[in-house]
Amino acid sequence: MYVAVKGGEKAIANAHKLLDEQRRGDPNIDEVEVDQIREQLSLAVARVMAEGSLYDPDLAALAVKQSQGDLVEAIFLVRAYRTTLARFATSQPIDTARIDIKRRISAAYKDLPGGQLLGPTFDYTHRLLDMALAEGRPAHEVEADAAGVDGEMPRVTDILNYEGLIETDEEDPERDPSRDLTRQPLAFPAARDERLQNLARGDEGFLLALGYSTQRGFGGNHPFAGEIRRGTVTVSIVPEELGFAIEIGEIEVTECQMINQFQGSAEMAPVFTRGYGLTFGHNERKAMAMALVDRALRWRELGELPQYPAQDEEFVLYHSDNVEASGFVQHLKLPHYVDFQSELQLIRQLRAEHAGRFGHNDDAQNDNIQAEAAE
Amino acid sequence: MTVATNHNGGTESGYNFAYLDEQTKRMIRRCLLKAVAIPGYQVPFGSREMPLAYGWGTGGIQVTASIIGPDDVLKVIDQGADDTTNAVSIRHFFQRTADVATTEETEDATIIQTRHRVPETAMKEGQILVYQVPQPEPLRQLEPRETECRKIHGYAEYGLMHVKLYEDIARFGHIATSYSYPVLVNGRYVMSPTPIPKFDNPKMDSFPALQLFGAGREKRIYAVPPYTTVKSLDFDDHPFSVQKWDQACALCGAEDSFLDEVILDDRGRKMFVCSDSNYCEQRQAAGYSNPAAAADIAAYQLALQGEADA
Amino acid sequence: MTTALMRVRNLDKRFDTIHACRNVSFELHQGEVLGVVGESGSGKTTLLRCLSGEMLPSAGTVEYDVRMRGLTDIAALSEPERRLLRRTDWGIVHQNPRDGLRMNISAGGNVGERLMAVGARHYGEIRGEAVDWLERVELDQDRIDDAPSTFSGGMQQRLQIARNLVSKPRLVFMDEPTGGLDVSVQARLLDLLRGLVRDLHIAAIVVTHDLAVVRLLADRLMVMRRGEVVESGLTDQVLDDPQHAYTQLLVSSVLQP
Repeated sequence: MYVAVKGGEKAIANAHKLLDEQRRGDPNIDEVEVDQIREQLSLAVARVMAEGSLYDPDLAALAVKQSQGDLVEAIFLVRAYRTTLARFATSQPIDTARIDIKRRISAAYKDLPGGQLLGPTFDYTHRLLDMALAEGRPAHEVEADAAGVDGEMPRVTDILNYEGLIETDEEDPERDPSRDLTRQPLAFPAARDERLQNLARGDEGFLLALGYSTQRGFGGNHPFAGEIRRGTVTVSIVPEELGFAIEIGEIEVTECQMINQFQGSAEMAPVFTRGYGLTFGHNERKAMAMALVDRALRWRELGELPQYPAQDEEFVLYHSDNVEASGFVQHLKLPHYVDFQSELQLIRQLRAEHAGRFGHNDDAQNDNIQAEAAE
Repeated sequence: MTVATNHNGGTESGYNFAYLDEQTKRMIRRCLLKAVAIPGYQVPFGSREMPLAYGWGTGGIQVTASIIGPDDVLKVIDQGADDTTNAVSIRHFFQRTADVATTEETEDATIIQTRHRVPETAMKEGQILVYQVPQPEPLRQLEPRETECRKIHGYAEYGLMHVKLYEDIARFGHIATSYSYPVLVNGRYVMSPTPIPKFDNPKMDSFPALQLFGAGREKRIYAVPPYTTVKSLDFDDHPFSVQKWDQACALCGAEDSFLDEVILDDRGRKMFVCSDSNYCEQRQAAGYSNPAAAADIAAYQLALQGEADA
Repeated sequence: MTTALMRVRNLDKRFDTIHACRNVSFELHQGEVLGVVGESGSGKTTLLRCLSGEMLPSAGTVEYDVRMRGLTDIAALSEPERRLLRRTDWGIVHQNPRDGLRMNISAGGNVGERLMAVGARHYGEIRGEAVDWLERVELDQDRIDDAPSTFSGGMQQRLQIARNLVSKPRLVFMDEPTGGLDVSVQARLLDLLRGLVRDLHIAAIVVTHDLAVVRLLADRLMVMRRGEVVESGLTDQVLDDPQHAYTQLLVSSVLQP
């Protein structure tokens, strides 16, 4: 009967088929392979891994393919897969001082131990469309010595620390280091590790806007990009039966240490403070924005006044997740017939009462407008 | 009893029964027990990321997945109907992952997962009604901060809730909240009944079945145990009342059910039909109809025919 | 002599290097109005915050005659007890009415909130009380359904007073209640406040830099300077025959606020 109005099983099945047809596009054009995406759209893959909280370039590339390039949808796919995985161990903290470096810059020092290493970056490219690329020109070759450096790579924050000019990051021995936001709900006030976890999974665009706001005037942390480094680090675990650490693999990470001013208080002499950002893969914009927002959220421990949106913990942490946000915004597409029916009834009642109270009825007028519109 | 079984031949490979792993189900059941022990209190829980989008029933799905067993019979409704797209999608999910029997008959179901409605057919002891909850916090529109809301609940400082109702009466002469109408559970916690129409609120009071509520995105679970008082907030001189329709259902003639409006043309012609599709079909099968609406139904069928031809 | 409504002993409040209040002690009785004067930075607003439980003192005690319990250190009350006190037995009138009103709720809703918070559930009675209170603070009762954002500053301040007094508090804290208002509006408001406080036998602690305010409202006066009370006594006595050099300066209006 009125089933047709309400969709149904067949409609869903058809929608899935149409979606897959759209994914494939023109069948006369070669289908893109997952390994092509992994190698040639590596920054998309990195973002999906970072916000999907799962380091697996192959699965992330598959998600990009399946989602037709919609990265938030790809992140959702990876998250939904990740949630089913068994946790067999908690890794040791990675050590970014022992990094196989690809890129390392500091905006605070002209030169420093280990040197500045520009590495692959869009930073100084002129944003001109490369028409030759459309023609399929071969990629540039890189001389061996330009590719990377070996040797000591002390962190800028450690250098500042020798002089005691920057706060130290103390580990809280009381806290469970393996607290997992995807297993335990966020509670407020949130500890810094929870905030960082949330930001690491947070939407790049959202963090970018918030970080930007702290620079533009809705914040006052006067940041310096102390250091940004990118490269490969080893991940190790300590299996219970062994009792010592073994390496289980390597991951590429981008780390950003922001250095910020701090005026000091009665208990604390003026000192530089830290904002921290870390992401999987090549994800510099995200890492920097994350570091700015991390620092803004630390107002409580540093005795600052919360005056800006980026400092508002509930606002930032509750709205950073794009899978949550996307789902809830788009759930407005679901039928709301019942609530809408209730509102229809109410608005008719209110209008009738309004007409009764004020002695005129503009329904007639509205009808005229509709009639005109229909003509 | 009309019960459909899954013809896919077994559950989705590679996943645990009803998708969630057993540890997670245990965690959720512990939260459910706590929720039942403190009616109306929102228990934080470690909501998992589900393969369905947030806002589309992830909380209800997790609750259902944690309580469902192979012998259960599941009914899923959205807007009161079994055949709306999201109800179909969630029912498929449990057919694929749990291989459970499903039904459209309210009486036959052991678990009913719902969005936005309480079934018209009276539920009974032993059944469980699982609500999908988009926003568990009844105070959220008045107080955006979670930390402050927790205090208001903790100290039962609910004056603000009545300020909102006061404002309605001052402006409109009556309370103008038609759905998500807040309730006081067991005389203690103010609770969001989820976006059900206020028409359904009275059904929740002293309900014989267990009512469970899951909010996935907001990571909260709450419950109303059987035969618990659920009172819709009101004033002594402006008592709570529910919607009424001048019309009866065009299909089954019911005068006691929540009616959806079906638009017949672009000149305001419409008919009203039960939002609870199962209730409506049962009545039609029992011989009820609405002869007065015959012309409307004919017009509707004509319109459908027109669409098919076009 | 009856027991005190509020008793403060050796109250100290420090922020980092700043000593905002030093060794403040006083007693306040039912129906008594205490004025606290001093220039900005003298510690009077910090003192008010410590008294109203918004801040905890660094040392010393603030005791209040909690109903059914007698004098109780407010720092020893639980948070819900303190919150209950603040919305029933106490009133808090902020300098800026926006801090004390719900700007998007009607005037009637603002006045009725405290009644509903303690369980009033009869719309007609709540509205009746609201009408009554609008009248008492000389607001036109036709404005009962209007939001305070449509009110003038003086009207907002009167609405804030009605919102506080509707629960019949025994103690009201006021921070510069006439600050930011025109002189003519100030005079009417002070007159109104004096009448209400006398009629209802409410105790009040009024913090201000304006000596005209305390002369009209306060029975007793404390003069603060750099966190310390330098002089206290009956208002007329202190203002007409100031003993401390700082008070003399204040009275002779050498110090601008």
